[in-house]
Amino acid sequence: MLPQRYIETLVGLFLLFAILALTVLAFKVSGLTNLFPAKTYLVTAEFDEIGGLKVRSAVKIGGVQVGEVSKIALDPVTYRAVVTLAIDDRYNDIPDDSSAGIFTSGLLGDNYIAITPMYNKTFLKNGSQIEMTRSAMVLEKLIGQFLYKIGNSGNDSNANSNANSNEKGDKHANQ
Amino acid sequence: MMNQLVWLGQSGIENLRQLGKTGLLLFHVVFSPPHWRKNFPLVVQQVYAEGVLSLLIIIVSSLFIGMVLALQGYHTLAKFGASQQLGPLVALSVARELGPVVTAILFAGRAGSAVTAEIGLMKATEQLSSMEMMAVDPLRRVISPRFWGGFISMPLLTMIFNMTAIYGAYLVGVKWLGVDGGVFWSNMQSSVEFHADIVNGILKSMVFGVAVIWIAVAQGYFAVPTAAGIASATTRSVVYASLTVLGLDFVLTAMMIGEW
Amino acid sequence: MPENLVEISKMSFVHENGRIVFQDVDMVIPRGKITAIMGPSGTGKTTLLRLIGGQLTPNAGQIKVAGQYIHQLSRKELYQARKRMGMLFQSGGLFTHLNVFENVAFALREHTRLSESMIRTLVLMKLQMVGLRGTWSLMPSELSGGMARRVALARAIALDPELIMYDEPFTGQDPISMGVLVKLIRTLNDALGLTSVIVSHDVGETMSIADYVYVISDRHVIGQGSPGSIISNTSGELQQFIKGLPDGPVPFDYPAVSIEQDFLQGSAAS
Repeated sequence: MLPQRYIETLVGLFLLFAILALTVLAFKVSGLTNLFPAKTYLVTAEFDEIGGLKVRSAVKIGGVQVGEVSKIALDPVTYRAVVTLAIDDRYNDIPDDSSAGIFTSGLLGDNYIAITPMYNKTFLKNGSQIEMTRSAMVLEKLIGQFLYKIGNSGNDSNANSNANSNEKGDKHANQ
Repeated sequence: MMNQLVWLGQSGIENLRQLGKTGLLLFHVVFSPPHWRKNFPLVVQQVYAEGVLSLLIIIVSSLFIGMVLALQGYHTLAKFGASQQLGPLVALSVARELGPVVTAILFAGRAGSAVTAEIGLMKATEQLSSMEMMAVDPLRRVISPRFWGGFISMPLLTMIFNMTAIYGAYLVGVKWLGVDGGVFWSNMQSSVEFHADIVNGILKSMVFGVAVIWIAVAQGYFAVPTAAGIASATTRSVVYASLTVLGLDFVLTAMMIGEW
Repeated sequence: MPENLVEISKMSFVHENGRIVFQDVDMVIPRGKITAIMGPSGTGKTTLLRLIGGQLTPNAGQIKVAGQYIHQLSRKELYQARKRMGMLFQSGGLFTHLNVFENVAFALREHTRLSESMIRTLVLMKLQMVGLRGTWSLMPSELSGGMARRVALARAIALDPELIMYDEPFTGQDPISMGVLVKLIRTLNDALGLTSVIVSHDVGETMSIADYVYVISDRHVIGQGSPGSIISNTSGELQQFIKGLPDGPVPFDYPAVSIEQDFLQGSAAS
């Protein structure tokens, strides 16, 4: 066994190395920007359809994250989804007639809420509600609509092309 | 037929007794902690013996594991055109699973077996009995410092493992295979969450640490005090610890994915 | 001061695996004398020392050491009592990670707050008593078996105990080491006013220094008295043990089926 003071020094170095590793993991690997949760204020918004929105999904303005979703609940009377957004205190001048929509990052990515600021002079504060909302687009519904449209226009174009080919056939026949 | 039943019952009861004894041992070790001023140097010595001396195997293994992960990951991801996801792939695999589990198993093999053999040997050469007869509690002086040394070392080793594995992946992915460095780190940062991934991984390593060092200490303490007894106790310690770690990993992962 | 340091009355002890080790045993260890406990291997002599030291608890009967019933003491009181006992284990039991000096100083460091120079003086004094003062810096692995035992003896007397127990001190020793140990045990006992208990099956050596002898066999005390009276005792068991006769009350042959069955029936398994 080495003398006690060498052991203590080596153990100290070991601890230091481990703390360094933890720091690297925290900041370089996981992008932790601050250790303490930022002060936020809560705002609600109601949606007909939230799609794949989850708690802790991002809330962005112009693509920059300003907060996250803190709670998702169902209004028992109107059957609309009530989403509570926690917005960073730094962004305390969002006009209260802004609209909130649920978008998808990328084509098949996670859902997030984008707030589009408007023109009012009064701002959102703790407990405000965003009135104008746009629900998420659910892929299945879109595809359903698309197929339905295709089906309809298919019928029309079939009728047209039948008429056209008849004419052509007549022409040929007449020549 | 009756004989088989009797044998089954007896071995069941015998195993239950063993389990009870190891449980009591843990209780005594945890709730009669070392006298901080007198025995703190002992704990530091054990952190050195179990933690610092395991650094070599942990760092070398983690470096290679990170490198292999990057190599394999890249070739599979490239087929989907998703090679910029290499960073998240490696970081999440290591932080959530490989880090805690592989560190625990390596720790069981290197430090756990050493502790078991040491304690078993002290028992066989009557050093523990001598201590008792000199009115010094061997639990406080020998067993407890080793337990706490393991408990402290495991999470530290896991953090170091995680860092060097990711660094190894960086070396292979960015320096060798040509993934863009900036993309590597930024994708990683947006996919890895500190609390859900890193902290959970370290929590896992603390649980594994308790399991591994507890098994090591108990196997040594209850070893048959002969040369053959110590040998079999040492192998048992490594095997049981490894299996327990893998089983606990499943349980903890299930708990964590379901967000507690 | 009570005349007997240790009093064992009607003590019975059953081992974990069910074997009855002692049945209704009575013994007294007089103060200031060397008492030998002898008997064939495996009769539980080491177990007896552990019972006296409080490491094991008897199933029946009482063991009184220096006026205290050892097994009714709380953990703390037991540890206090143990400070007045020293025990020399068969293998020495030296701590392999400490050198000779630290081994002997161990109990002093743990139980006293003496200064370093005091501890040094005491340790060297104890080592001098056993004739090994010059080995203080060696590690136990560098000592011969006999020397290791002497260091263990120095360690056992470090706190100046009242009672010292020797577990098979002469086993496996060469004649010179044996002679050294014999001299040490006697000298220390008289010089320090100790009470010594020697557990051994070495008839010659033990009888030469013991003041009183107990012979244990088969769960009971089969003979007790001064060495002279034991040797001249006509009991068959005692005679076989003392003289080392291969056959007698303890039989030569392990129990087996008759010779005809094993040899004349063809296979031994039939």
